Parts: sequence; C-alpha cells; structure tokens
Amino acid sequence: MVKTPINNVSPASSAVVQVGRGRKLMRKLMAQRTLQIMVLLGVAWMIIFNYIPMYGIIIAFKDYVITQSITEAPWAGLEHFKAFFEDDELGNVIRNTLGISLIKLFIGFPLPVLFALFLNEIRSIRFKKAVQTISYLPHFLSWVILGGIMATWLADVGIVNDVLKGLHLIDQPITYLAEPKYFWSIVIASDIWKELGWSAIIYLAAIASVSPDLYEAATIDGAGRLQKMWYVTLPSIKGTIAILFVLAVSGVLNSNFDQILVLRNQLNDSASNVIDIYVYQMGIQQGRYSYSTAIGLIKSIIALILLLLANGVSKKLTKTSLF
Amino acid sequence: MTAGETTFDVLNGLGMLLICFVTLYPIWYVLVNAFNEGQDAMRGGIYWWPRVFSIESFEAVFKNSGIMTAMGVTVAKTLIGTVVHVLFTAMVAYALSRRELIGRKFYMYVGTITMFFSGGLIPTFLLIRDLHMLDSFLVYIIPAMFSFFDLIIFLAFFRDIPDALDEAARIDGAGDLSIFVKIVLPVSLPVLATIALFHGVYQWNDFFTGIIYINNVDLQPIQTYLFRVVAQSSSSQMIASMPGGIGKSVTSQSVKLATMVVTTLPIVVAYPFLQKYFVKGLMIGAVKG
Repeated sequence: MVKTPINNVSPASSAVVQVGRGRKLMRKLMAQRTLQIMVLLGVAWMIIFNYIPMYGIIIAFKDYVITQSITEAPWAGLEHFKAFFEDDELGNVIRNTLGISLIKLFIGFPLPVLFALFLNEIRSIRFKKAVQTISYLPHFLSWVILGGIMATWLADVGIVNDVLKGLHLIDQPITYLAEPKYFWSIVIASDIWKELGWSAIIYLAAIASVSPDLYEAATIDGAGRLQKMWYVTLPSIKGTIAILFVLAVSGVLNSNFDQILVLRNQLNDSASNVIDIYVYQMGIQQGRYSYSTAIGLIKSIIALILLLLANGVSKKLTKTSLF
Repeated sequence: MTAGETTFDVLNGLGMLLICFVTLYPIWYVLVNAFNEGQDAMRGGIYWWPRVFSIESFEAVFKNSGIMTAMGVTVAKTLIGTVVHVLFTAMVAYALSRRELIGRKFYMYVGTITMFFSGGLIPTFLLIRDLHMLDSFLVYIIPAMFSFFDLIIFLAFFRDIPDALDEAARIDGAGDLSIFVKIVLPVSLPVLATIALFHGVYQWNDFFTGIIYINNVDLQPIQTYLFRVVAQSSSSQMIASMPGGIGKSVTSQSVKLATMVVTTLPIVVAYPFLQKYFVKGLMIGAVKG
C-alpha cells in the first residue's frame, strides 16, 4: 500500500494545470494565427530595418572595414570617440550645428506661434482658411526644389541682386551661395519660409479648443484684442508651446540634413559643415564607417540628455511635459 | 467697434496678405522665368510676366530621355511605394488593434522603441548593402514599407470601428484576413487616404535614397536627378543629353527651371484638394500620438 503524501498532490496538479494552460495558449494562438502572422510580419520588418541597424552601432567600437563582417572586425575601444575630440573639423562642425540650430530656435520657433495668434484674430473665416492653405504649400515642396528656387533668386541676375542694385546698396552682384558669411541667413530664411504655416497648424488647433467663456469674461473686464491675445490665448496654449519647445531643444544637434545638403557647396563649406553632413561625408563618401558611426552615436547620446533636461525644465516651469 | 479695433483688423489683414505674397511670389518668379526664352532670361529682370514667352524649355524637358526616365522612376516609386506602405502598415495595425491578440503589449513595446532609437546612417547603409538592395528599385519600396508612427494613426482609427461590424462577419465564418480586407479597409478610407498622401509626398520628394543607394542613372528618381543638377551644378550633362532639333535659345538654366516646374506641378495642382486630409492626419497624429 502506498501512501500518497498530501504535499505531493499540489505540484502534480499544478503541473497538470500548467500543461492545460500551455495547451489552451496553443489553441488560442492557433485560433488567431492569421492575426499573429500579420503582426509578426511587421515585427520581422522592424527587426531587420530597425533593430539590426541598432546592433550595427557596435562598429563605433570596432575597426570595421568593408570587406569584413561586423562580428569579425577587431575591437577598437573608444579610439574613434577620442579621434573625434581631436579632429580639426570638430570646432567648426559644432559651431555651425549649434549656431544654425540656436538661431532657428530663437527666431524660427516663436514665429509660428505669433502667426497662429494673429491669424486667429482674422474675422473672415474664408480669408483665414485661404491664408492657412497658402501658408502650408511650401511644406510640400522638396528641398531640392527649394534649393533650385533659392539658387534662382540668389543668382547674379536673380531678383535679390537686382533689388539691391536698384536701391544702390551694391554695385556688383554678390554670389551669395559661394560666400560662407551668408550661409546661415540663407538656411534660416528658407527654413522659415518653408515651415511657418505648417508649424502653426498645431497652435491653431490648440487655440480653437480654448473655451469661448474665457474671451467673454475678458471682454466684460474691458480687455482689448491684443490684451486678449496676451492674457487669454497665449496662456491657454502654453502647454502646447512647452511640449514643442522640449522637442525643439532636444533636436538642436539635428540639422535639417536635406536642406543643408542642397544648399552647401565647397565654397561655403566653412559655414555649412554640420554634424549630420560630416557623418555623411566621413561615412558614405570616405568610407570611414566606424568613425562616422561613433560621431553619430555621440550626437544621439547628447540629444537624449538634452531631451531629458528640457523635459525636466518644462515640467518644473509649466507643469507640462512630454513624458 | 472702436477705431483701434478697426485699425488692428486692417493691419492684421494686410500682414496676412503680405505673408501670402511672400509665400507665393518665389514660386511665381521661378514659373515666369521658366516660361521665358532661355537666352533672354539670362539677362535677368523678369519679375511678373515672361518678357519673351516660350515653351521651348518645356519641350526640351519632355524630349530629354534622362529626365523622362527619372520621372518614370518617381511615378513608379510613388505609386508602388504608397500602395505597399499603406496596405502593409494598415495590416499590422489591424492585428494590433484586436484586443484578443496574444502578446499585444510586447509587440507595442517592440514598435515604440523604434520611434525613439535608430541605428543611424551608416549601420542602415551597411544593412541595405548586405541585403543587396544597392542599385535596386526595391530600395525605394521595402525599407519604406512600414512606419510605426503611421501605425499609431491607423490604430487610433481602427479602435473606433464598432465591434458589431465584424462580429456579424465572424458569425458568417469570415477569417481575420477577409475581415481586414472586406470590412476594415472599406470603412477606413479617410485614414487610408491621409497616410497615402503623407507617404505619397514623401516618395515624390525624397532624393536622399537615390543619392546614397543608387548609382545607376536609369534608376534615379527625378528629385535625385535635380539634386545632381542643382546642387552639383553638373548642368552640362543636361545639355549634353539633349536631342537635336532643340532651339539654341534653350539654356541649361531654363531647362532646370522647367524641370523644377514639371516636378512640382503634380503637388501644387493636387494640393488644394488634398490639404484637408494632410491637416486631419496631422491632428490625429498629434492628439493620439
């Protein structure tokens, strides 16, 4: 006679339950196999096109040459990172990247807010819609087209030189794109021209959701139009502005790559070489894969730190944050 | 209304008109110069209307086999790329929108990470090379066929589709694939149109893919072609590839302008009809994303 100890029962039965659970899960998975295949196709795409390149970042710590596979390449430690900090181009690249971005931040960031505020004050709805539609249009032109437009405007016989000559401000046409000192202005002006209307959409949407009661109350208190803009509209969209500002700050190391690639040339190189362009030159054009990946990685890490900092500051000041 | 209020309205209206002018005039300036005879345009001074009207530059564009091939590549990549991107992303989004999907949370994490981290330029380049997609038309389609950001916009829309709609189909024995194709897609036309438009514009305008992955000139899209002509001012190639019988008045600059106009025209013409979708899409993305 075998006595079955009571305590033996429970693991056995739990194993049965587990087998049962496993079977149930299998049955459920089989029932939704079409769904699982659909989602796994997406996951497979992400593994190949997102996660494999993320793994590929390790070549920043290796001496990768094109004939080897990533795993075969010998380790190089932090050599490429050190090399970047000793690179002669470093100062120039940082100055151009930050210079362009910071001016964009200080001029290009507030302008769409102002545009949205003033557009919102237009009384005729049709006029407002028309202005809005026209202002988005440049957003949909490619930077190549815009580069062509800029080149036409700034040509020797282009309209900019014509006007300045007409006003007797200059005698000889200036070749703007060939001179480094004009490059930043060209980049910033063309960026504002292209994105002013598009960037304003999100503020206009935020303004549209401000409660009309607030405006009525302000009217009763005798506030004028500008006062209402300043004391009612602006504070109401503070949160939206804060979030977009956080994003803008975290992006200061991102130059508009397409834009600069189109507008730059050898002559304005000293003002147009930004981090993204340098990564492209070193990597794709000169084949220094490990080095340029290291530069890209430094950039990403600083961007992440900036994002966290800006987010923290925004949380403190406006009680709004991205996460 | 007080006098001050009226002054404000007038000034504000004028300011808005000025913004419209500043937005449209640069495009107009290119347009009138493109429709002017090439040699004559080199003297400059054409601001409002062509001085010597001519469509020769446009004829030169349409007779230039290099430009036409590049146009064909752009049209093909835009059409094929957009259909593939929209259907594939929508399909994955549909699966993720089903509440009974096992592992849904995990899959969402896998996707969300891709929105914040990426391998960057070089590792992606090496991947494309290892996949043998350099100098292949597929490089326009496959690496662009999915976007988790667009998936989130789809997801927001699919969640609002009433359950009753597919329950009936399920009772009739329809599987998930046929529910997706026959029920979900047809009721989701607005969001499909939105994503199609965004991706279509991306495909139409993208020139960087052509620059880094394509060396074969027969596979470069028109934007890459223009980049090589505009930015690297290799305009001589443009004139060199010109067939005989084109008037001498055509210059490389005028052909360049005409090509820019032809390349941009589809967007400018379609734009007034499509812009409401763009805005709607952006709003969904902003609110739910």
